[in-house]
Amino acid sequence: MSQSGAVSENPYALPATDLQKLFDSLTQRGYQIIAPTVLDDAIVYEPVESVNELPAGVTDEQRAAVYRIKRRSDKAMFRWAVGPRSWKHYLYPPHQRLWEARRNGGSGFDVVAEPEEPPVYAFVGVRPCDLAAIAIQDRVFLSEQYRDENYGRRREKALLIAVNCSHPAGNCFCASTGTGPHAQTGYDLALTEVLDSKQHYFVIELGTERGAEVLEGVPVQPASPEQCEAAQRVLENAARQITKRMDTTDLKELMYRHLDSPHWDDVAKRCLTCSNCTMVCPTCFCHTVEDVTNLQGTVAERWRKWDSCFHIDFSYIHGSPVRVSESSRYRQWITHKLASWQDQFGVLGCVGCGRCITWCPVGIDITDEVNALRRSEESKAALTSPKEESHANP
Amino acid sequence: MVPRPFRVQQIRHETHDTFTLELEPAKGSEVFLFKAGQFNMLYVFGVGEIPISISSDPTNPRVLMHTTREVGVVTKAMGKLRRGDVIGVRGPYGSPWPVEQADGSDVVIVAGGIGLAPLRSALYQMLAHRQRYEKIVLLYGTRTPNDILYRRELQRWRAQFDLEVHITVDRAMSGWRGNVGVVTSLIPRAPFDARNAVALVCGPEIMMRFTVLELQRRGVPPSNIYISMERNMKCGVGVCGHCQFGPCFVCRDGPVFRYDTVQHLFERREI
Repeated sequence: MSQSGAVSENPYALPATDLQKLFDSLTQRGYQIIAPTVLDDAIVYEPVESVNELPAGVTDEQRAAVYRIKRRSDKAMFRWAVGPRSWKHYLYPPHQRLWEARRNGGSGFDVVAEPEEPPVYAFVGVRPCDLAAIAIQDRVFLSEQYRDENYGRRREKALLIAVNCSHPAGNCFCASTGTGPHAQTGYDLALTEVLDSKQHYFVIELGTERGAEVLEGVPVQPASPEQCEAAQRVLENAARQITKRMDTTDLKELMYRHLDSPHWDDVAKRCLTCSNCTMVCPTCFCHTVEDVTNLQGTVAERWRKWDSCFHIDFSYIHGSPVRVSESSRYRQWITHKLASWQDQFGVLGCVGCGRCITWCPVGIDITDEVNALRRSEESKAALTSPKEESHANP
Repeated sequence: MVPRPFRVQQIRHETHDTFTLELEPAKGSEVFLFKAGQFNMLYVFGVGEIPISISSDPTNPRVLMHTTREVGVVTKAMGKLRRGDVIGVRGPYGSPWPVEQADGSDVVIVAGGIGLAPLRSALYQMLAHRQRYEKIVLLYGTRTPNDILYRRELQRWRAQFDLEVHITVDRAMSGWRGNVGVVTSLIPRAPFDARNAVALVCGPEIMMRFTVLELQRRGVPPSNIYISMERNMKCGVGVCGHCQFGPCFVCRDGPVFRYDTVQHLFERREI
């Protein structure tokens, strides 16, 4: 994925008024549609049936620790940036049963893996940053060493319909992580919403055969060169609106050089260790497990629940947690995200979606913290070089 | 990821707060193959699941043993198990002790408290192939003489002419005529050739920290020192995130690490 890149060959066009027909096609094929909708004053991904549930005419404003939805003057359906929820809610649910054990008469018990078949999802409105996040969680849960069936069963059947970004928010920095605003891979279909004074339509790029199949019976037309150019302009505009930057050069080494930095104490003065950033992060995968029984004590279940490295008991071993101080917990999170993640999974753990900045109650900004580390190195360099000179000229 | 049922053959109470579970598969006659130093996730029905290292003989996979101390909800429930009860087992997980790589070397084993449990598997395996190794030395530290694990076996091993066993306690009691002091105090005078020795270390982190320093002072290179780490673990397969130690998942990349590969992490606090 990259910020540039032209709309792919032979795209289709679909009038916005016919988007419901795509939804109908998905429903007829047995997909459960998960799409953006407004709930509790935020744009979140929920099961929907009709395009009327989409956030048409709604957008958002985001800054550090600020999220507000606002009315738009037009009826654009996808002119907003990612909200508090990500697609991991569906592929890797916050609370999920893994297996069940039943007493079998005597002192023994039988264990049965979760039998319930998960829904077959069609995700509509996946932003390029979130497509990248899904690809990252694929590396976590479907690696060569270990395959997580609970994730795999959901992931393999899911149809991903991306909608390219036309409205980056103040906290977006996908251009820095190379994950947006134009989806390059990982989708079944990728839509670009074009809305001007006269027309409202989607330019549709095909990603896979499955994507092409769901377009059967949907009144799409080959997109005209003018329509493709209009879509291209939408993407170029979006790229220009992204102002936040995080320099990723040498990022892993930078983070590893700063394990002992006094800067972590500075962050700890602000960080509430509330774990919001890890809950909204589309790539964070840490979880704990919980065992529950029925009242008779004959049936026991194992559930897994999202957990966070910010919780003090996350690292608990007999005697004491390993990471007691707030500074060590923040260091763990950001160093994992930007450095050790690369050692573990071969990619950055951050997709530049900006959620952790928006939903941090005190507005801690991951890009600012990286910049602070870089600045501390620059100032150190500035301090040492004149000293050397003074030695040379006593 | 689903536990397999194992039946408790016996519970052996080692000390006032430690016990060894001896397990056999509840169904069928499958043997449980593992390597010395690996661990299992043990599940007590309806109570919970915890990682415990295997302390039995890898060359005799018919019986599976785990020694643990009663400290938490699950271990306390385990302590109440009786012969014939069934518990769940997932594993074996993690990296083994370098028992094969130590061929032709002196082996110095440094154990602190319950840390002797995973090292006993390595000892069994080495003693089964005694001719492959030069000197084998066990340095073992416990809190008091009453906390000495595997007492009978240690007495038997001590009587062997090809194994040195040195024990020290933090606090002596009446009748104790042995060493008093931390286990690191045994290292300077232990009989092994530091330049040709492999060290296997397991115990509380603070004990390992000073043991590694003392071994290096004696001249053992960091690349010949192996430590077994303990971290919070929920999955055992590198996916729950709890056991992260820098870029390593202790459950998958450890628990046994060659010291020089993790030295930069081990020397830091709260990693």
